[in-house]
Amino acid sequence: MDFRLSEDQEALKQGIRSFCEGRISIDQLRELESKPGAFDRALWGEIAEMGIFGLRLPEDRGGVELNVADAVLVFEELGRAIAPGPLIWTHLAAGLVEGADLGDTVVGGLDMTGPSTELIMLEHLESIDTLLLLKPDGIERIDPKAIDATPVEIPLDPFTPVHHAKSLPAGERIADAETAKEWRLVGTALASAQLLGIAESTLEAATDYAKKREQFGRIIGSFQAIKHILADCFVRQEAARAAAYAAGATLDYPEVGNVERAVSAAKVVAGDAAMKNARASIQVHGGMGYTWEVPAHYFLKRVWVLENVFGTIDEHSDQLAELVGATA
Amino acid sequence: MDLRYSKSDEEFRVELRGWLEQEVPKHGVSPDQNDWEGRVEYDTSWQRKLFDAGFAGINWPKEFGGREASVSEQLVYYEEYARARAPYVGVNFVGLLHGGPTLMVEGSDEQRAAHIPKIIRGEEVWCQGFSEPTAGSDLAALKTRAERDGDDYVVNGHKIWTSYAQVSQFCELLVRTDPDAKKHGGISWLVMPMDLPGIEIRPLPTLQGDSDFSEVFLEDVRVPIANRVGKENDGWRVTNVTLRFERGTAFASEMYRLQERLAQLKQVAKSITRWDASAWEDKALRREVGHFQAELDSLWSMVKLSVAQSGETGVPGLGASAVKLYYTELTQKVLEVYMRVIGRAALARVTIDDLPNEEVLDKALNSLSLSIAAGSSQIQRNIISERILGFPKDR
Repeated sequence: MDFRLSEDQEALKQGIRSFCEGRISIDQLRELESKPGAFDRALWGEIAEMGIFGLRLPEDRGGVELNVADAVLVFEELGRAIAPGPLIWTHLAAGLVEGADLGDTVVGGLDMTGPSTELIMLEHLESIDTLLLLKPDGIERIDPKAIDATPVEIPLDPFTPVHHAKSLPAGERIADAETAKEWRLVGTALASAQLLGIAESTLEAATDYAKKREQFGRIIGSFQAIKHILADCFVRQEAARAAAYAAGATLDYPEVGNVERAVSAAKVVAGDAAMKNARASIQVHGGMGYTWEVPAHYFLKRVWVLENVFGTIDEHSDQLAELVGATA
Repeated sequence: MDLRYSKSDEEFRVELRGWLEQEVPKHGVSPDQNDWEGRVEYDTSWQRKLFDAGFAGINWPKEFGGREASVSEQLVYYEEYARARAPYVGVNFVGLLHGGPTLMVEGSDEQRAAHIPKIIRGEEVWCQGFSEPTAGSDLAALKTRAERDGDDYVVNGHKIWTSYAQVSQFCELLVRTDPDAKKHGGISWLVMPMDLPGIEIRPLPTLQGDSDFSEVFLEDVRVPIANRVGKENDGWRVTNVTLRFERGTAFASEMYRLQERLAQLKQVAKSITRWDASAWEDKALRREVGHFQAELDSLWSMVKLSVAQSGETGVPGLGASAVKLYYTELTQKVLEVYMRVIGRAALARVTIDDLPNEEVLDKALNSLSLSIAAGSSQIQRNIISERILGFPKDR
């Protein structure tokens, strides 16, 4: 047992961070904002080249053969940068949907294992080549062009365009209930990792701003009223880190605990941390935090998107209540 | 990022669990909080049993009588200790978690030889003489004077919040040895025998009704200069070493025990009727409890990371402040909800209708101290924002 990151894991994380800083900076995201579907296929290809989609595929199938814990670190970095697109779905689909790992097939998805399946909101519909429906009894595949859906004129997150559909056509079953269950767990862990990343980058942005912005003749980061907000953000970030990493490590070796419990805990704690830290970042940025120009809002908007994938904080809390008192 | 315990970790778990299952029930229930003689005997004889069985000083180096357990064995130890409901460290707290570790890092060979073997055997009880009436969170403002006179320091001052003062043989004492230096610069860390002339102890009852705290008045107390730990006027640095131990793993078993308390809360809620259903049928309560479970599991994962980062015998890192803040707030929230669940039984501090109200109230009242003791939550936030996030030390 050593919960610290290995040297390889540190290097993996650093590699993804450098990539994101070079290719998915805020300025580059701003350019993307005006493109149709807020999607850049060339960038998608570069993400694929980084091995992000084929990360867990065996080497003989062109993958990197890494674990869920490693994927958690990669998605933490993608979350930090609020990297756009159906990243989790395409990652999950690698190995099942041809071309997903190489970035040739952009795979989107809809989790229908939760309590509200009546309202159908589809993310990235105009950019994806395949739509997968995650249902309790298996995974179904649908041709996105066969769906009768209306584009939502103004999506909440400028990088997550959505379509609204009244119903979905029948899909083709491509995987069984067991795979669906695994996808739901891994997907939840990766969404938690992205939320952890957002908890980090929002704290970082607020900290940098508070060290520069002066009022009353001194930087606002010298006031305890600001310092303590950000100290609390740090505590939440560290709790989210521990929870998200534990979810990954437990998925890799289920004998160390209870997979459902670890994954739900991660979604709850990372979701909380991202939500509160993103709000705190806007607050610390003051009036500028309320503008479109300062990117703080993009992060909170993405949190609201991620809160509504793979189970909400409330849903996971309800599930955890059932597990209270169970061993490990 | 590997959470798997090794085969030898699991063997250690089996060995420890077997021993605890046998010894914990034999040791009986802890005496009344005002029965000092009984408490000292209960706490120190338990420490001796741990030592004889090879389970004392779990993260202490072997040269000091510890087990020098690996990081993973330490975690096994905290988990099993909590699971077995083994006795709280009690009067051994300051020696085992403050004085002993500080002497290991900063003490001279003579000082280590004089105290460490006795501390680990439960033969020496220590107390803490840090805070003063006008030096609480601003600990470095302490005024207790120590003036050199021959081979001694002559100490005059007034200490407060001194746990176990009335039953301890030694006190880790902070004194001002240079009144002209800047406030952090003139402090020294002394080992003061509690039987010296000029020491007066006045118990200070807490809101919980116990007298674990005392005020200690020092009048011309002659402490040998040889009892100073570290260099003269370098005591503030030594103090920071001491305090980080307290923020590290000192409460690890207590943290793990919160799991059990939440499980107990659920059982109690199931047994209580509200209107025509059990209190556990309340969806809002279940959701809140489920949320706590997520936070509790995260707390334990934080401990795993923190213990690994601090190394096998090293000093805990700054991240320990984050663990302490998270633990403190979570404990207070869980106990507040627990009090809501037991409802009007919370009006009584003795057991009513087989409800656990006595224990819950003791814990709930005690939890109020967690955000004040060992560096208040506000001080922990200062530590995080200044030393981790890099903000200036302004106010």
